[in-house]
Amino acid sequence: MNTPNPDEIPTVVSDLTPSGKTPLVDSRPPAPNRLRSSLTPLRVVAAVFIFVIVLATILADWIGLPDPVTQDIVNKLLPIGSPGHPLGTDQFGRDLLSRLVFGARVELVVALSATAIAVVIGTLLGLAGGFYGRWVETVTMRSVDVILAFPPIILALLVVTIYGPGLITLIAVMGLLFAPAYARLTYGQVVTVRNFEYVEASQVFGATKRRTLLGVVLPNVAAPIIVQLPLTLAGAILLESGLSFLGLGVVPPTPSWGLMVADGQRFMIANPEQILLPSVVIALTILSFGLVGDVLRDWLDPRRAMARNY
Amino acid sequence: MIRFILRRCAIGLVLVWIVLTLIFLALHLVPGDPAALLLGGEGSGTPTPEALAQVRERLGLNDPFLVQYWNYLSGLFQGNLGTSFRDGSAVAGFIATRLPNTLELVLVASLLALVVGIPLGALAARRGGAVDTGISLLTAIGLAVPVYVIGTVMVLVFALTLRWFPAGGYVAFTEDPVGHLSRLVLPSIAIAMGITAVLARMTRSSVIETMGQDWVRTARSVGLARSQVFQGHVMRNSLNPVVTSFGLEVGALIGSTVLIERVFNWPGLGSLLIDAVLQRDYPIVQGVVIVVSVLFILINIVVDVSYGLLDPRVRQS
Repeated sequence: MNTPNPDEIPTVVSDLTPSGKTPLVDSRPPAPNRLRSSLTPLRVVAAVFIFVIVLATILADWIGLPDPVTQDIVNKLLPIGSPGHPLGTDQFGRDLLSRLVFGARVELVVALSATAIAVVIGTLLGLAGGFYGRWVETVTMRSVDVILAFPPIILALLVVTIYGPGLITLIAVMGLLFAPAYARLTYGQVVTVRNFEYVEASQVFGATKRRTLLGVVLPNVAAPIIVQLPLTLAGAILLESGLSFLGLGVVPPTPSWGLMVADGQRFMIANPEQILLPSVVIALTILSFGLVGDVLRDWLDPRRAMARNY
Repeated sequence: MIRFILRRCAIGLVLVWIVLTLIFLALHLVPGDPAALLLGGEGSGTPTPEALAQVRERLGLNDPFLVQYWNYLSGLFQGNLGTSFRDGSAVAGFIATRLPNTLELVLVASLLALVVGIPLGALAARRGGAVDTGISLLTAIGLAVPVYVIGTVMVLVFALTLRWFPAGGYVAFTEDPVGHLSRLVLPSIAIAMGITAVLARMTRSSVIETMGQDWVRTARSVGLARSQVFQGHVMRNSLNPVVTSFGLEVGALIGSTVLIERVFNWPGLGSLLIDAVLQRDYPIVQGVVIVVSVLFILINIVVDVSYGLLDPRVRQS
């Protein structure tokens, strides 16, 4: 899990907009050459890998994969390269390639939904807390502290015990768990930005507070939030697959990468590929999201990129 | 310094109270009947009225809300965490037998991570070049591979194939010291992996930043040897962010321990919790969540205080 270190939070705007000539909104487009220079071969491979996974996930129903849930005991535990089952089958004769692809769909849906909830809640809390100050700040940021007072997996398990495992529970609890990171990140940014002249100017021109907040402040604090997205997606996949591995996330027989590793444990001496395949796919996915995060960081958040790379 | 510690403890106490209240509310504010919710779930059918009444009785759900809250908090102060749904024995007893095992695992893993991670990061920062690239690659992998995968693959390779270590389980140190330690090796390495990677990365960037400071050049030009400057000054000045990142990783460390205890069948709080969640034994889940959350807050206080000890500026804020 990647909790941002408050010391690391960059003050983007203060460096991009020298005081005196501050535009109302920093509308300069992100420099395209910065995007190109941030793309190393490895990072391109990572982006392509994620693209392939997303594509496979969307097209899963139409590319002629066997059903990932239907059991076929006659063809159980087939090795890699078997006819009709390029990656073999598990102990119930279910096609492993198909389970990987449909598992990816579950991972992505859960991760994207949870991240969306986290970003919306977290950013709104951070914006409100940082901009309005006083009791709003106390209420928003202290409630964030309370969520962070629980070890994430412990909170998730408590919720799963009460509501039972399942996709909705997972998405809701992970949205809650990942929101604080965004709240703190946004809050730190807003506190820096709120005293700049262009924010004051917007108020002087008669914009309502809400308009100033969403139209002027938000665009100026968005870069680090966007940079954080792939890391949250990766964190969500890690946590979801971990809970599913424990049998407390996705409910079988729905395919999930974590469940596949758990299922493969009993046969791993004879059939190590049954745990190694999903393991490698999970690791590559997490790694790729991290690399894509690096691209976004170098592209959108140059100061932080410099701080990291020296 | 004393004031700093006292204030930090006071905040911690308030946080403990809020956390305890939230755990209480988690069950009591759910829409509908909590008893029905706990008895429901996949494939369990409609619970009988008798079963519902029994659960309500055992959780004290028939009392007025505030009485329940009072009983809950005053019970906690007396070390009463309720009784298990399954056999009616005290939850506190379960936790007391399991907690030392988990603490042992967490402590050994933390030590391992500190002893390996910090020198690894310092090495990467000092040598640069191929060493740096190699270590960066290692840490990236350490961060990307989920802990339960590391554990499972370790069982496959080092226990089932090479047969260097047992595949899991636990024996008391007093009964069989060698057997105890050999069962400790794989799970603690698995847990330490992720946090080692984080510490190594943090140390690396922090050391590089420190080495760029003017006073390092001054120290060199005054005639101190490279190793003297490094060990005596650079390392000392680089460790603050590392301590912070260690503190931030404690939550992840607890998560890893829960998963790894499951993989290696280690009888700690984590496996107790998972079994209880699977059987929906709510009193045990609640008890473990309370104990682990309170410990988590305590650890964070210790980390903050040690940060204050290392850096006087922190004490003022």
